[in-house]
Amino acid sequence: MDKIKLRSYLLNALFALAGYAILHVLLESGVINAYYRGVILLIGINATVTIALNLATGMLGELCLGHAGFMAVGAYTSALFTLNSGLSGYIGLILGLLCGGLLAAATAALVGVPALRLRGDYLAIITLAFGEIISVLLRSFAFTGGARGLNGIPLLTNFPLVYWILVLTIVAVYMLIRSRHGRAILAIREDDIAAEASGINVTRFKMTAFVISAAIAGIGGGLYAHYIGILSPNKFNYNYSIDYMVMVVFGGMGSITGSILSAGTLTILPELLRSFSDYRMLVYSVLLIILMIFKPEGLLGQKEFSQRFAANLMRRLTGRKIRSAASYDRHELSVARETTRRARERGYLTEQGPGDLGVGGRRRRPEENIPVAGTAVAESEGRTLTRQGLDPGPYEPAERKGRR
Amino acid sequence: MLFFVQLINGLQLGAIYALVALGYTMVYGIVKLINFAHGDLMMVGAYLSLFLYTSGLPLYFALPLAIIGTSVMGVLIERVAYRPLRNASRLSALITAIGISLLLQNSFMILFSSTPRRFPSVSEHLPVFVLGTNRISFMALLTVLFAVGLMLLLTAFVHGTRMGKAMRAVSEDMRAAQLMGINVNRIISMTFAIGSALAAFAAILYGFSFQQIDPYMGAMPGIKAFIAAVLGGIGILPGAMLGGFLLGIIESLTKAVMPAGYTQLADAVVFLVLILVLLFKPSGLLGQPMREKV
Repeated sequence: MDKIKLRSYLLNALFALAGYAILHVLLESGVINAYYRGVILLIGINATVTIALNLATGMLGELCLGHAGFMAVGAYTSALFTLNSGLSGYIGLILGLLCGGLLAAATAALVGVPALRLRGDYLAIITLAFGEIISVLLRSFAFTGGARGLNGIPLLTNFPLVYWILVLTIVAVYMLIRSRHGRAILAIREDDIAAEASGINVTRFKMTAFVISAAIAGIGGGLYAHYIGILSPNKFNYNYSIDYMVMVVFGGMGSITGSILSAGTLTILPELLRSFSDYRMLVYSVLLIILMIFKPEGLLGQKEFSQRFAANLMRRLTGRKIRSAASYDRHELSVARETTRRARERGYLTEQGPGDLGVGGRRRRPEENIPVAGTAVAESEGRTLTRQGLDPGPYEPAERKGRR
Repeated sequence: MLFFVQLINGLQLGAIYALVALGYTMVYGIVKLINFAHGDLMMVGAYLSLFLYTSGLPLYFALPLAIIGTSVMGVLIERVAYRPLRNASRLSALITAIGISLLLQNSFMILFSSTPRRFPSVSEHLPVFVLGTNRISFMALLTVLFAVGLMLLLTAFVHGTRMGKAMRAVSEDMRAAQLMGINVNRIISMTFAIGSALAAFAAILYGFSFQQIDPYMGAMPGIKAFIAAVLGGIGILPGAMLGGFLLGIIESLTKAVMPAGYTQLADAVVFLVLILVLLFKPSGLLGQPMREKV
């Protein structure tokens, strides 16, 4: 493995461990009291589900209005598993969570197959209907406890479990999105027709992203069940799905960092403003409309807080050059240097930073082109040379016209 | 005989779905947007007609006023929320529609509380048909007649007038229509106005048929009306009507067959219909499979 890559993995693992250690010490020493402990667990669970929904909505670009339904499937399955399997403690819980995730994934496949084969917004309506139906079904069956729901679920969800499942979710979704499959998913979001024309099996990748998203939501539901201890079919309603949708949209569609931040904010705020709880959905609805009209990509857009971002920030703040951690940076840099060298030999020359076209929409504009002093071109044209020959000029995204 | 009664009930319910579905289908046909707020416009219509009716205005004055009010509301929503997003991505427009739907539901919930309100009944003024041992309310027949009549009127409008021709042109190709000198914004406003008026009609019929309205009454009929529109073939007016009636009949027959206490499962059956349609005939019963143009 590449040395820089290894270093970056180790650094990430270190950060995750440090975050865990700090919170763990704070919780154990009693600095954070039981109430806030509960809030922290809820933030962790909500962040997990928000990242899951972000995968389907922000990264794949399909509106999904039934994640509460998938959570319900996961919650009921894992709760029934821990209540009836006889396996005690964490083995039972983890197996239950896995079952919940799997069943949620299976349900998602069932719901997704008819909708995702087609172009259009069928997934939105089919998941909306699914979310409504699932609570009807839960209310009708005897084994799910009918309208009373399930009681006495062991309260097994604790901080380490929530924390590491969240970390695992972040790692899984991030790695998926940075992989070949992930690029296919992002390509579908950008333009499904172009993606299909490029040989991407659109239906397959839509299904992959949607099913993974539902599976994670199912696991989140299982965590929730063992956090709250009682399940009622009314809990997992349409508004609950909308809560997560607002978290995704508010944080930034396509940004994992945004999902975590907004899950944190939008979990704490309603707790603080309990007396205004009647107005919560009203505020959410206005927030959605205003965000869509003025900042449709959400607060963070597709930005992430990564080592590369941190390195850039440090460089900007201190003026010092810090080696960026991501390995492809180095590769790109060497390609760019080689290109520059060749171009300089031939005499078209402009000096510019490497134009970065990384996946995920992070594009650096090349610096302004300045002819390199001493070359024939610079002498003949003075400093006026800006765009010529092979240099395509600063990258500018074409404005998209028309509804897709 | 029970079957016959359920059939009438289904037709009555289906007529309401059909009217809402007509609005869905028109808006979808023109701006290619699932207007999630459409079901909630029906709720707005119901509240408006209730307030105007109970304020002492005569029936023939109160109801048209309510319909006009809902219509204005629909146009306003399009103007304020959807128009700025016409060139934005589809996802943004959909999320805005969800936002509008939530806004309507929750503002009405806060203003008028979530307890259901009684809608005045007119059935005592209407004759009752007796068929064998069954009584069939005149309201059911009236509802069906109204729905079919409005659908025919709408079809005549869309196919027989200049305005209707412009609407069809815009739905076929918005930019080409604009180049031909059609005022696209006006046509879209018009579509929203007509769609919302139909939703208000549906609301009045719903109120008189079921006598109970609440801020969330639009949500489920909204979904079902959309399913009806897809079933009939989205963008096709007679398709929406056919889908609405079929869905109403399916729902009420399922309710009759289900054992007591499980009648809510009829919703699941309606959902199943959607899945089956999308699997086997996504273009709907009356639709032609269309090739995607790029």
